[in-house]
Order: sequence, then C-alpha cells, then structure tokens
Amino acid sequence: MLKVENINVYYGSIHAVKGVSFEVHPGEIVTLIGANGAGKSTILNTISGLLRTKTGSITFLGSSIAHTQPHIIVRQGLAQVPEGRRIFQTMTVQENLEMGAYTQKLNVVAEELDRVFRQFPRLKERRKQVAGTLSGGEQQMLAMGRALMSHPKLLMLDEPSMGLAPILVEQIFEIIQTLHQDGTTILLVEQNAQMALSVASRAYVLETGNITLSGTGAELTQDDRVRKAYLGG
Amino acid sequence: MLTFLNHLISGISLGSVYAIIALGYTMVYGIAKMLNFAHGDVIMVGAYVCFFMVSSFGLHPIIGILLAMVVCTLLGIVIERLAYKPLRQAPSLAVLITAIGMSYFLQNAAQLLWTSNYKMFPAFFTFGGKNGVSFFDGRLNLSWTTIVTILACLVIMVVLTLFTDKTKLGKAMRACSEDKGAAQLMGINVNTTISVTFAIGSALAAVAGVLLCSAYPTLMPTTGSMPGIKAFTAAVFGGIGSIPGALLGGILLGIIEIFAKAYISTQVSDAIVFAVLIIVLLVKPTGLLGKQIREKV
Ligand SMILES: Nc1ncnc2c1ncn2[C@@H]1O[C@H](COP(=O)(O)OP(=O)(O)O)[C@@H](O)[C@H]1O
Ligand SMILES: [Mg+2]
Repeated sequence: MLKVENINVYYGSIHAVKGVSFEVHPGEIVTLIGANGAGKSTILNTISGLLRTKTGSITFLGSSIAHTQPHIIVRQGLAQVPEGRRIFQTMTVQENLEMGAYTQKLNVVAEELDRVFRQFPRLKERRKQVAGTLSGGEQQMLAMGRALMSHPKLLMLDEPSMGLAPILVEQIFEIIQTLHQDGTTILLVEQNAQMALSVASRAYVLETGNITLSGTGAELTQDDRVRKAYLGG
Repeated sequence: MLTFLNHLISGISLGSVYAIIALGYTMVYGIAKMLNFAHGDVIMVGAYVCFFMVSSFGLHPIIGILLAMVVCTLLGIVIERLAYKPLRQAPSLAVLITAIGMSYFLQNAAQLLWTSNYKMFPAFFTFGGKNGVSFFDGRLNLSWTTIVTILACLVIMVVLTLFTDKTKLGKAMRACSEDKGAAQLMGINVNTTISVTFAIGSALAAVAGVLLCSAYPTLMPTTGSMPGIKAFTAAVFGGIGSIPGALLGGILLGIIEIFAKAYISTQVSDAIVFAVLIIVLLVKPTGLLGKQIREKV
C-alpha cells in the first residue's frame, strides 16, 4: 500500500533521515519506534509532502507521491494525525472536524461526522466547544477524528500517546485497534514502544535517521536490544 | 453640539475608509504573517482605474468601481505570486523589504503611466443634483459620500464576517491563519487560500480607493501611501489579524484624527493619532481586540 525506498531528508545541513526504506501492506498496523530526535516525525511529514526527500521514492497505492503536493496526497487517501495534535484551537470541535472533511463532497460530510461521533461520543457532547479548551485526551481524540473525516485508506499517527495519563493511553490504543478492525491501515509512530509493539503487525526501529531493526511486533518484543533500549530491560 | 456631531460623522466616515483598508492588512497578516506594505498603493491604482473608466470612457460609476475591483483583484494576486510567494520560507525582514519595494514600484509605475500631476476625482455620489442632506437649517450636513461610505463599510464587515464564519473557504482561511502545516494535512491548498485572501483584500482596496477619493478628491500616485499607513495603524490598534478589530481600530482612528484636527491642531493631528496608538500598545500589546494565540509545544 505504502512503499518508502531509500529516502534522505535534510533540514539545511542537518541530515535527519538517512536512506530509510520500509513498507506498509493493506490491513496492517505498522509501527515505527525510536527515541526522541530519531527522525520519526520527519519521515511522516515527508510522506505527507510537507518535507521533500533528496533521493529515492515514495509510492502510495501504486503511484509515486514523492513530488505530490500535500493537499493532493490527502485526496488520495493518506491522512496524518500530527505530533502534538495541532488541532485548530480557536475553532469549535465541529469546525475542526469539518476541516478534516475538506476534501470530501458536501453531501457526505454529515455521514462522516456521524461515523466519527459514533467512534468518539465524547466529541459529540462537545461539538460546540472551542477546541483549545478541551483536555489533552479529548484533543487527541479530536485530532484523530479530524483525520478520519477524510475517510483515509492509510492513517498515520505521530505519537498519539504523548503527554497523556496511562489510562488515556490505553483508551487511545483501544481506539487504534478498533479503527484497524474497521478496515483502516495504520502507520503508527511511537516512543512508547511497549504499547506500540503490543498492537503492531510489524515494527521498525529507528535510530538517528537509520532503520536498525525490523520484524513482527512479537519478535521485536522478545529482541534483547529492543528490550534493553526501549522496554526498560 | 451640532459642530461636534458634524465632526463625529466625518470621523466615522474617514474611519470607515480606514477600516476597509485595514481589513486587507489584517487578513493578509493573519494568513501570510506578513505586512503587505504595497496594500496602500493598490488603493491608488483602484482609484485611477475608476477615474479613467468614468472620466475618460464615460462609463457609469458603478461599472467603474466594479472594473477597479477586478483590476485590483488581479493586481493583488499577481503581486503575491511574483513577489511574495517565492519568499514564503524567507526571513520576515526580506519579505518586508520586498513589500516596501513593491510599494515604490507601484507608485513609480503610476507616475510613468499617469504622470505625477494630480487629477480631480469626480463627485459620484449626488442624487437629484444635491450632494447631501442637511438638517437644522444647514447646521448638520450629511453628504451622500459619507452615507455611502459608512454603509459600504458596514455591509463589507457583515459579509466578510459571515464569509469567514460560515463558508468552507472562509473556515479554511482561518485554519491556514492558525496552522498552515495542519491545514495542509486537512487537504487545504494553502497557496490557493493565500491567493484568495490577497484577492479579497485588494478588491476591498479598490472600493476604499474610490470612497477615499470621493471624500478627498485629489488623486495622485502617492494618494494611497498615507491612508495605507494609517489603516495599518488602525489594524494594529484594533488587534492585527482580527476582523472586528479592523473595524473598531479604523473607526476610532478616524474619529481621533478628525477631533484632533478640529479641536487641537491640524498640524499635529497625525502625531496625536500615532501617540494614541503607542499608548494603546503599551497597555495592551495585542491591540484592542487582539488575542494571544497560545504557543504550541
Ligand atoms: N525544523 C527543524 N529544523 C532543523 N532540524 C530539525 C527540525 N525538525 C527536526 N529536526 C532535527 O531532525 C532530527 C529528527 O527530528 P524528528 O523527526 O522530529 O524526530 P522524532 O520525531 O523521532 O523525535 C532531530 O535531530 C531534530 O533535531
Ligand atoms: Mg516526533
């Protein structure tokens, strides 16, 4: 479904992503784990078209998107929930969701809204509330709901558990699994390796811009190096 | 008392023009985070286009205004595409200098095309041979220009507020103002949205140019620059980025300016206007209606 081959991404002279390749197949949850600064967000933003790779290729559903503009990539069925949620603070919950449906025809927006409200009843209760006043967990739900409004074929999540209490982290991961069961393919970026590996079909470990390990979620959970570096021994 | 009322009405009328210009500054600032210094000169171009359409080609003033809006809209889009878009990632100082350069370019182009001699802008707003209505034996006068200016300002404010609050494109503009990266992830074409903002601001500049020259009829290549600076002041005064702020800032600035001229001194009226701005910014740095958007982590 998504094939990333040998991408190199720079910020000026900083070489942030160094020849990374990986794949996501239809129906999978693939996770990319790595410490802060490893290059995870840079990879997602390059796939979304916000950053450009110097080399290699990015293929989504059979067509190259390495030079496609970000708003077109969304139309092709690839959505991202960015790190730090980045919801529109001054807009209401419902307006945020409507922005998520920007690429949709007007007559299906109500339908998508219903679907997202069923998934996140909490957002329905707060639909008129200004998004900046939501709690952290609610903001994460809004960010996810907003991305789902475009009915993506592949959903990329950048550290959805960041800054949330353990109970909320559990909740967010349950939602991720539900979305997956409902047929959404997921590329999940996390520092919380334990949670990420527990839901992943396959996983990649990223260290300072390089992929150093890959395997199924279960394999990596057993791997000594992973246990030591990411799972606290 | 009636003199006071006369001054108040002139102030509101002048302030309405400032408010319409301030909208262009504030909307462009909100979305592109840049100060479009050339905005004042787009006003001048609008006024010239309307002047020639009406005086030289004998077209109806309404047609003249509409054509001025079309020309300014295109001009605004072209300026953004050629001068500002290539600098989207550049430091803001580079963008500011480019904008100042664009301002001089427009003024010089106008001098070449239309010479630096002033033109007398015709009086459009007359009905039945009269240019206004008077009350109390002529001690309270309301010119049609004043009435049209204030009404135009109100209509523009209402329409623009509805546009940004209710329409898909208007909401996309707000989304881009807040976070361009996130807006792109929603599938919003940021470049198109910025173009639309420049187009709207420039069309309004054409309207402002015609209204301004109807009240102060000497038209020359530098006509737009001082009102441009004052309107920018009004936008900052009201809270840059805020549409109601542009209205409030514009009207207050107009009133302060006219009162300062009438009751204090014509020479220092501009100094008083800017002094008020400085005081407001010292007390409330975001302007009267400006909001501090929380910094993201
Ligand atoms: N806007 C930027 N400008 C310069 N360097 C950046 C920028 N964003 C990220 N980096 C650098 O690129 C590297 C990868 O960052 P990032 O992709 O954000 O990592 P992660 O998401 O894994 O924490 C880091 O060394 C970071 O300092
Ligand atoms: Mg990151």
